[in-house]
Amino acid sequence: MTDVAKNLSAADRDELLVNYEKLANVIDLYSGKEGCLIQVLHAAQEIFGYLPFEVQKYVADKMGFSVSYVSSVSSFYSFFSTTPKTKHDVRVCLGTACYVRGGKLLIEKLQELLGIGVGEATADNVFSIHVTRCVGACGLAPVVVVDNDVYKQVKPGDIAGILDQYRGE
Amino acid sequence: MRVNNVNDLKTVAERYNAELKKYEHTIYVCGGGGCISSKCQDTKNFVEAYIKEQGLADKVNVIFTGCMGTCAMGPVVLVEPERIYYVHVTPERAKDIIDRQILKGEVIEEYTFFDVNLNKHIPCIDDIPFFAEQVQIVLNKCGKIPFDSVEAYIAKGGFTAAAKAFTMTQQQIIDEVTASGLRGRGGAGFPTGIKWSAGMKAKGDKKCIVCNADEGDPGAFMDRSAIEGDPFCLIEGMMIGGFAIGANNGYVYCRAEYPVAVERFNKALDIAREWGLLGKNILGSGFDFDIELRIGAGAFVCGEETALMNSIQGERGEPRQKPPFPFESGLFGYPTIINNVETYYNIAEIINRGADWFAQYGVGKSKGTKVFALAGDVINTGIVEVPMGMSLRKLIFEIGGGITDGMKFKAAQMGGPSGGCITEKNLDTSVDYESLTALGAIMGSGGLIVMGENTCMVDTARFFMQFIQDESCGKCTPCRVGTKRMLEILERITQGKGTLEDLDTLEELSYTIKDTAMCGLGQTAPNPVLSTLANFRDEYKAHIVDKTCPAHICSALAHYYIVPEKCKGCTLCARNCPVQCISGKVKEPHVIDQDKCIKCGACMTNCKFGAVIKK
Repeated sequence: MTDVAKNLSAADRDELLVNYEKLANVIDLYSGKEGCLIQVLHAAQEIFGYLPFEVQKYVADKMGFSVSYVSSVSSFYSFFSTTPKTKHDVRVCLGTACYVRGGKLLIEKLQELLGIGVGEATADNVFSIHVTRCVGACGLAPVVVVDNDVYKQVKPGDIAGILDQYRGE
Repeated sequence: MRVNNVNDLKTVAERYNAELKKYEHTIYVCGGGGCISSKCQDTKNFVEAYIKEQGLADKVNVIFTGCMGTCAMGPVVLVEPERIYYVHVTPERAKDIIDRQILKGEVIEEYTFFDVNLNKHIPCIDDIPFFAEQVQIVLNKCGKIPFDSVEAYIAKGGFTAAAKAFTMTQQQIIDEVTASGLRGRGGAGFPTGIKWSAGMKAKGDKKCIVCNADEGDPGAFMDRSAIEGDPFCLIEGMMIGGFAIGANNGYVYCRAEYPVAVERFNKALDIAREWGLLGKNILGSGFDFDIELRIGAGAFVCGEETALMNSIQGERGEPRQKPPFPFESGLFGYPTIINNVETYYNIAEIINRGADWFAQYGVGKSKGTKVFALAGDVINTGIVEVPMGMSLRKLIFEIGGGITDGMKFKAAQMGGPSGGCITEKNLDTSVDYESLTALGAIMGSGGLIVMGENTCMVDTARFFMQFIQDESCGKCTPCRVGTKRMLEILERITQGKGTLEDLDTLEELSYTIKDTAMCGLGQTAPNPVLSTLANFRDEYKAHIVDKTCPAHICSALAHYYIVPEKCKGCTLCARNCPVQCISGKVKEPHVIDQDKCIKCGACMTNCKFGAVIKK
């Protein structure tokens, strides 16, 4: 933690310390319950936005695991990310219903408009494109999820308008 | 408030029902997953505020419910006592409904459900084929009560089944469940009574009962709807199961992609604890029971029961070798019984109404009902519950309303990546475990994707194989390497580079993987390929021999042409072509050079006259 903290501004360092304190509280909350590593990692990702090595090491030390063990678990699940989040995540569902209803075309349009591939972030770190697992909104296929907003029955022509809503923020 | 015995339940129910009778009208606003995406919260907030503003708060009750079923028509609203079903209810429409129906008794027909086949609006919910043909046991409260009110749940008879079960012996409960013929609704269809019996007989100082809510099949959203709409029913079902097998600890494993279900179920757990319906000495029975919710982290394989247990334990979600079976050594090494969400939703009704009542629905060895998530190229997408034995034709064409955009039906895909497809010639098949298995499909958990004629079956097989490849945990070689090889072959075929020998290799690989993969995910992974090969071999051959995709989906095999009669010579296509392969003079028909064309489709997207076609 100190290695990372020494290059930061005072305000950022304070925020980081507060975040670690929050994480410590979560871990305490789960102490005594069996097998809570995944639930703790969820909380850690919620707090830090992603799971950098330092956070995984902190979790490992505090819960009595080796770092390699924590990493073996975090890398198994697609929900956990070791890279920082962009300001807005654009996720296209490619579950069966969305696929049948043209989800693939939406990905192509997004790539064309943002000039990046799936899993990549724009240079200004505002957007990233992801393919998501079925979000269970199959009745509304195809769907695009931006952050927590679900857009239903999206056509390729709608994509530009959807992105514009997030550009100004 | 605490309920300590059956009499307390009765008091709560009477009080709540008396409260409901005070109102002249009730407006049910759907708060299911589909409607949330259609901004039903705005509608609900508006209705509440407007009712207050108009001084109607004493006369009109507003209830925010779980999923009503027609997910593509949200936000939907039901007005009682007239039982008028309104769709696409924006706040503006809601205002009209209150002004005209509630205040003047006038039904606004143009806002009600439109039946495409009958070509007319059907105002009353009971007359709409989508609802009228259903039999609801699992969903009998979903969409009809506020999802966050334990009083409403009790008023509908909630927890009376648990109270009754506590007066029975463990063996009596299991006998009742066995006699009902209930089978696992997760897809495999193992008899629930037999599973529970093994759980009861297993020796252990502690036992666990687990609910598999890792609804991972793409295209399935039944369990999500049930939990979001009626969370207390899952608590009651698990409680009865826990009592029957002698487990005091319940775990629900829910996927992380369902934040609303997680939030509502957590809230229901808190309320149940507050009311004494979880914890020590429930309803004075002396039985202690509690449930913990564990959230997954995005891994399809965790829907497999042994992988699921590892994931609950906070480990990598890799499957375990069986035996030992979960009932011998499961979660944390304790005897464990795992059932799917929908299975638990049947339990309370079976206990309350008896095995015979339940077994009157269904056919042969498939008793009761099945919930399906209808999606894809079908008009009425959403959640439906039908008695087993209904024909697929009735399910898709009467309840589902048929195929969208006037397309022809091509196939129904059931059971997700583990399942197969049913074609036109088998549409009259009865929907039950045995009949579907005989056709190379499976009942599955209930995802039913309807495919119209513009779906390429080779591409669909490739899609499922890609999914499996992404989700394979990598522990055993047949699944990790075998599905990769199958995917490569399918990709070659969709690109027009396949050979006829590839089809034999696909089949050989399929049978090897089925025989040798370690868990259910791998063993069933080749099913979509085998099923499409059996039903659509000609389509595979068209890709291989004729180098064409009959559905015009596989872009590598598509060819773009300009219809000379329609082309106005506006040059827009030529200017937008990234490889300059379109030639022609202004105001004269243009031509695409097929050798240079990269099949990006830019010409087709840009043409304002529909002159570019793909074939």
